[in-house]
Amino acid sequence: MNETTAKPTAQDERLRHTSWIAQLMKRPELGALSGLAFVTVFFALTADPVMFSLSGILNFLSPAAQVGILAIGASLLMVGGEFDLSVGSMVAFAGLVFGATVTVLDMPLFVAVLVTMLTAIAIGATNAQIVLRTGLPSFIVTLALLFILRGLALVGVKWATGGSTQLRGIADRVSEDPLLPFLAGDAFSGFFQWLADHDVIAKFPNGAPMAPGVPIELVWFLALTAIATWVLLRTRFGNWIFASGGDAAAATNSGVPVRRVKTYLFIITACCAALVAVITVLDAGSTDPRRGFQKEFEAIIAAVIGGCLLTGGYGSAIGAFLGSIIFGMVMIGLTYTRIDQDWYQVFLGGMLLIAVLFNNAIRRRVTGER
Amino acid sequence: MTAPIVRMEAIEKHFGNIIALAGVSFDVVPGECHCLLGDNGAGKSTFIKIMSGVQRPSAGQIFVEGQPTTFRNPREAMNAGIATVYQDLAMITLMSVTRNFWMGREPTKGWGPFRRLDVKNAERITIESMRSMGINLREADQAVGTLSGGERQTIAIARAVHFGAKVLILDEPTSALGVRQTAKVLATIDKVRKRGVGVVFITHNVRHAMAVGDRFTVLNRGRTHGTAKRGEITAEELQNLMAGGQELEALEGSLAGTV
Ligand SMILES: Nc1ncnc2c1ncn2[C@@H]1O[C@H](COP(=O)(O)OP(=O)(O)OP(=O)(O)O)[C@@H](O)[C@H]1O
Ligand SMILES: [Mg+2]
Repeated sequence: MNETTAKPTAQDERLRHTSWIAQLMKRPELGALSGLAFVTVFFALTADPVMFSLSGILNFLSPAAQVGILAIGASLLMVGGEFDLSVGSMVAFAGLVFGATVTVLDMPLFVAVLVTMLTAIAIGATNAQIVLRTGLPSFIVTLALLFILRGLALVGVKWATGGSTQLRGIADRVSEDPLLPFLAGDAFSGFFQWLADHDVIAKFPNGAPMAPGVPIELVWFLALTAIATWVLLRTRFGNWIFASGGDAAAATNSGVPVRRVKTYLFIITACCAALVAVITVLDAGSTDPRRGFQKEFEAIIAAVIGGCLLTGGYGSAIGAFLGSIIFGMVMIGLTYTRIDQDWYQVFLGGMLLIAVLFNNAIRRRVTGER
Repeated sequence: MTAPIVRMEAIEKHFGNIIALAGVSFDVVPGECHCLLGDNGAGKSTFIKIMSGVQRPSAGQIFVEGQPTTFRNPREAMNAGIATVYQDLAMITLMSVTRNFWMGREPTKGWGPFRRLDVKNAERITIESMRSMGINLREADQAVGTLSGGERQTIAIARAVHFGAKVLILDEPTSALGVRQTAKVLATIDKVRKRGVGVVFITHNVRHAMAVGDRFTVLNRGRTHGTAKRGEITAEELQNLMAGGQELEALEGSLAGTV
C-alpha cells in the first residue's frame, strides 16, 4: 500500500496483469479443476481408451449430469449458508407425484410437470419456513424431511399402485406428448447423424452414430450451470446469496432480504430435485421409492469438491459442475479399468477429504486469516 | 438552528428484565456532528440500532423531518436517509470490497430477466470513493478479510457517504484504530459534515469527541443528562458525566489526573 499512493492508476493496472496466477489461486473452482485434471490423467493411464471416445464421454457425463443438477441447487444453497439433506428423498417423492399424476390421474405431461414443480416449491418453502422460523440448523430440519419424504414415497407408491413397490407405465402414457423431447432422450440427434454421415464422429456399420445425441439431462445440466453462474456472479440476487451465507446479520443490517433469499434457495434446490425426478422417471419409464437414494450426499460432495465452504458464503456453480463430472467419471470410469468397482466409495471419500482440506486453505488465503 | 433531520423522543428499550435504555431523547441537525458518549454497556449501540431500524423501541417516538416514523427494518431507515456504520462494520470478510460496498443496493443495468450487476461501474465507483477517502485499493475484488481495520472502517464510511446519507451514524469508528488512522477518520467525519450530512459519532473517547463534536450527549446506564453544545462543556465534565459523577473524581485522586 505504500508505493501505490504515488502512482495509483499505473500501479493498479500493472498489478492486474501480473497477478493472474494469484487470481486463479483464489478461485473457488481451483480445487475441482485440479481434481478433474488428476482424475482425467488417472483414467487416461488406467482405463480402456473407449472411455474417452465421444460415446464414452457422454456415457459418464450422463450420470454426472443427474448428480450435477442436484449439485447446482445444493451449491447455491450452500453458498447461501444452508444445507438440504432431503434432496435425495425429494427425487423419490417428486417421482411419485409425477408418476401418479400421469398414470393415476391420466394427465398430460405438462400438467404432471407443473404439479411436480408446485409440489417441490411447497416442500422447499416448508423446509425454509421451518429453518427460518425455528432458527434450527438446516442440517437437522432437512434430515427429518429426508425420512419423511422417503416414507411418503414408500406409502404413496403402494397407494398409487394398489400395493406394489413400483409405479410402472409412465413413459408409455406420454410417449406422444409434444413436451417429451425436452425431458427425455437425446438432443441434437439430427446433428449427430449429420456428423456421422460426414465421418466426423464414429458410427456403427449401419450408419447410425455411436453416440446418438446429447443426453437431455446433460443439456439441462449445462444450462443450469450457466444460469446459476451468471446469477451468482452477475446479478443482485447473487450478491445477496453470498451475503446471506457470509454473515446473515451483517447482510440484514445492510438491507439484504436474507429470509427471502434463503427461501428461494430452498425452493430452487427442491425444484432441481424435481427436475431430476422427472427426467430419470421418464428415462426409466417407471418409478420406485428408492429413486434418488443417497443423492443428497453425492450432491453435497460434488458441491464441496467444487469449492463450497460448509460454513457458507463461498463457492461456485462451475465448481459444482466440475465436481459432478469428477463424480460421473469415477463412478463409470472404474468399469473401464481392471480396478474393482467397490473402490468407488473409497475414492469418493478420499476426494471429499482432500477437497475439504483444500477449501480450508483457500479460505484462509482469501480472508487473510492465519 | 435548523430543524433536526431525525429526532428521538424518550426512547426506551428493554431486553427481558434488563433495561438498556430508560427514556433517551436525541436529535441531529444537518451539517453537525453530534457525539453520543458513554461507557461500556451504557446503551449506545442499542440506541443507534433503534435509530437505524435494526431494533424497535419498547417505548418512545422517532421523528424523521418532523414526521412520526417507525422503521420495521434497516432498509426502511436506509431509505429515509439514515446510514449506519456498525461497531462490527457489517462487513463480510469472504466477499470482495466492491461486493461489500454495494451490498443491499447493487447497481444494475439491463431489463427484466436480463437485469444484471453493473460490474464495471460498481468497481470504478468503489475504487474512486475509496481513493477520495485516502485508500488505494490493490484490486476491487480483493476480499475484505485481507484489509486492515482502518481500511474496513473507511469502506463502510465511504459507502454510506456515497449513498447520500442525510444522517451518518458511526458506532465507535475509532476504537480499534491507531493514531494516524484515527486522525484520518476524524478528518473524514469533518468532510462528511461539511457536505451537510448530520453525523452521529459514538465513542467513549472524550478527546476524539472534542476534536470534531458540535454537540455532546452522554449516556450513562441507559439514561442521559441532556445535551451540551460545543464550548458549554469541558472534556473533564464530559468524562465525569460518562463515569457517573463522583466515582471518577475519587479515581482521579489516586491516579493523579492521568485518566
Ligand atoms: N440483545 C440483547 N439482549 C440482552 N441485553 C442486551 C442486548 N443488547 C444489549 N444488551 C444490554 O444492554 C446494555 C447496553 O448495551 P450496548 O451494546 O448498547 O452498550 P454500548 O454503550 O454500545 O457499549 P460498548 O461501549 O461496549 O459498545 C448492556 O448491558 C447489554 O448487555
Ligand atoms: Mg457498542
